[in-house]
Amino acid sequence: MAEHFFSVRSLRKAFGGLVAVRDVSFDIPKGSIMGLIGPNGSGKTTVLNLITAELTPDSGSVLFEGKEIIGLQSFQVCRSKIARTFQLVRVLPYMTTRENVMLGRMFGSEPVSPSQAAHDADHLLARVGMAGKANMFASQLTYIDQKRIELARALATHPQLLLLDEWLAGLNPIELRVGIDLIHQIRREGVTIVMIEHVMEAIRALCDRCVVLNAGGKIAEGTPQSVLSDPEVMHAYLGIDDAAA
Amino acid sequence: MLVARGTGVVLFEVFLNGLLLGGMYGLIALGLNIQYGVARILNLAYGEFFVAGAFTAFFTIMLWQYNPLLSLFISMPIAFAANWLIYQVLMIPLIKRAPDQDALDADVVLVTFGLFFVLQGLALVYWSGDLRGYTFMSSPVHILGATIAMNRLLAFLGACLIAAIIFYVLRFTRIGAALRAITIDPVAASLMGIDVRRYSALAFATGGALAAASGMLVSTFISFSATTGVVYTLKALIVVIMAGVGRVTGTLAAGLLLGVVESLGGYLIDPALTIAINFALFMLILLLRPTGLFTRA
Amino acid sequence: MLEALKKARLATAAIVVIAVLLALVPLYVSDYIMSVFILLFANIALATAWSFFSGATRYISLATAAFFGIGIYVLAVVHVYVPVWVALIAAAVIGFLVALVIGLSTLRLRGVYFVVFTFGLTELIHQVLNWWEIKINRTVSRYIFTDVSNVSIYETLLFVALLTIVGSWFVSQMRLGYALRAIGEDETVARHAGINTTRVKVICFALSASVMALVGAVLALRYPYVDASIAFNSTWSFQVLIAALLGGGGRAWGPAIGAIPLVLLSEFLAGTFPHHFSIALGLCFVVIVYFLPGGITRLILRLHHSWQTRHRRDHAGAH
Repeated sequence: MAEHFFSVRSLRKAFGGLVAVRDVSFDIPKGSIMGLIGPNGSGKTTVLNLITAELTPDSGSVLFEGKEIIGLQSFQVCRSKIARTFQLVRVLPYMTTRENVMLGRMFGSEPVSPSQAAHDADHLLARVGMAGKANMFASQLTYIDQKRIELARALATHPQLLLLDEWLAGLNPIELRVGIDLIHQIRREGVTIVMIEHVMEAIRALCDRCVVLNAGGKIAEGTPQSVLSDPEVMHAYLGIDDAAA
Repeated sequence: MLVARGTGVVLFEVFLNGLLLGGMYGLIALGLNIQYGVARILNLAYGEFFVAGAFTAFFTIMLWQYNPLLSLFISMPIAFAANWLIYQVLMIPLIKRAPDQDALDADVVLVTFGLFFVLQGLALVYWSGDLRGYTFMSSPVHILGATIAMNRLLAFLGACLIAAIIFYVLRFTRIGAALRAITIDPVAASLMGIDVRRYSALAFATGGALAAASGMLVSTFISFSATTGVVYTLKALIVVIMAGVGRVTGTLAAGLLLGVVESLGGYLIDPALTIAINFALFMLILLLRPTGLFTRA
Repeated sequence: MLEALKKARLATAAIVVIAVLLALVPLYVSDYIMSVFILLFANIALATAWSFFSGATRYISLATAAFFGIGIYVLAVVHVYVPVWVALIAAAVIGFLVALVIGLSTLRLRGVYFVVFTFGLTELIHQVLNWWEIKINRTVSRYIFTDVSNVSIYETLLFVALLTIVGSWFVSQMRLGYALRAIGEDETVARHAGINTTRVKVICFALSASVMALVGAVLALRYPYVDASIAFNSTWSFQVLIAALLGGGGRAWGPAIGAIPLVLLSEFLAGTFPHHFSIALGLCFVVIVYFLPGGITRLILRLHHSWQTRHRRDHAGAH
């Protein structure tokens, strides 16, 4: 059995009587972009939380470059070069934009001093289009800008695997285009990406493969085209007109 | 009159006393659990209302020569009103400005800590720091070979009665259902048309009344002073954490556990080390099951 | 870049000047004034140490009095056997170790458990030590025989206070300082950014506790005798809390500013009306929490910010 870059094996998590993640397995080759899709409440964010040790699974394993990461703590997962963004954006409100990003650089997988981190943070801010706002407090930023610095902070930890939780949600067509290009760029730099998304245009534009979850279980896997025309997937979404298009 | 008795009998007596005490601890903690579970306020000044109940009972019997149980008609309504006011005036502004429960906890802890100091200071000014006690129904009662004081038994029965009333209200009335809903999820509860603020104020006030009631009951057999409030706040906090926040039946069981452990520990080790024993149990629970003894992880 | 360097040089010069001036004060003032200063330096060090951990991480410690008392007690016990400076170090070390144990048990969990634990800690240690003294030593008080002068105590506490403020500032410029602030703002984000939050919390809590113990030990040199009730007085927890909150977080000098009015008020009231002092403190406290949540620091920073904006606007207008 070939060793995959990133493997989730039979992951399971229940909260009392509610099974949030039911025997979910998938593999991700290095350098690809995988879409994790499914209706709301299907367990997608829970899977991410299990990977980043925000939650502990009841059973199952997650292998990253052959090494088991279940059992590590969140900060160790980060230092193992797995980074994430959050569905409801989380920035540190009373620290500046630059300081928010510095955090990732100072404590991530290749930690550096604050002064070096400040320097690198400015570069990253420019990449995500936030160059002029480095000194603003994060609480003063718009929601979209906060998403950008959250991504910058994740990138600052120098990840090899990036987990995006609905990062492209709520963007207008222009912002969406810019966001998609940014993710393309990140992939070109060698970062493997898992994206939870509802925005079908982004799924089609970016993802090499998709895994579809419904009620905690995997119901389909394949290319975006095959998955989005799968009748069971459409049934799960209860008729998204996009999928039929 | 010293009577030689087997260790078995003595231990049983200690155990029984522990149960009776534990019932009291359950009642004390019940009030705090309602305040924290429903109103989501961790009230570090809780014990001061306990002390107020105790002092009211003391003055009732010593100054006015009435049955101290009657003091409940004074102390409980006053404590209820005072806590209701505290919730409206002090707590609601904090709730409004807190972004999440952790931030609210931080603010609330600071304010109730300050309140604790103010109330304790007032108690010291008006009632001095002297230790107080009185004798009431201290005749011995014999149960299964063990001898215990009547007032402890009475206090225990009083606690059971009050707890039963609370339990009934929570289980079988609409108000109770609303309170339980708020405990589980205040946002969902408000979406179902429950006036969370009003019920939380009610819960907070009721908690304060329970504190005063337990203070009265305990004062019949344990001496107290203006500064003993903090000890009972601590016991209540420990029981609430052991039981799990918002769990009523668990609170009584955890209270019993604390009472028995404290009584046995005090007998086997030293009665002057009760706080240490409380804390030892607390540490144990924190290390093993911090979410509570009765919650499913 | 030059701006920052100039500011740093100015600040260092100011600190040195203030330190020297304060160090010379005992030559010119009465014993009473000196003792007020001693209390002031003690409160400054305690409040800064408290804010260093609790102000930054929002894990509210109500146990200042416990560590302060540990310092007093260690000095009282140990000074008989060793030179005073060794006793002081012992106090700091033991404070550190006790906090380490508490931190490792409670700081892995939600802040509530930590707060509850610290709330009872002072009473706990008080009771245990009382019991120990009565059972084992058959005595309740301990006498302190030293010939350390008031001036030495003054200079030592001045040094400790300055060290705490400067140390706090240095940490804020290091990664540790950023980690502390991140934990206070959003611990989940901190964890996911690679910060070992438990280790940071435990170490910083222990550091702040060791400073508190050190201050207690130094102050103990002024008492002819101590017992558990004198050493473990919750009012210290409360006072330090107020000083820190009044001063405000976010700057190393904040708590120091809060300590000044507090010590003055306490000098004025505590002697004559001890219980009214508690009430007055409590009311001040409530006012601070509701109307001044950022403390004086936030007021000063806001004023500074608006002055800067006006200054810039004027300059821009002049061109």
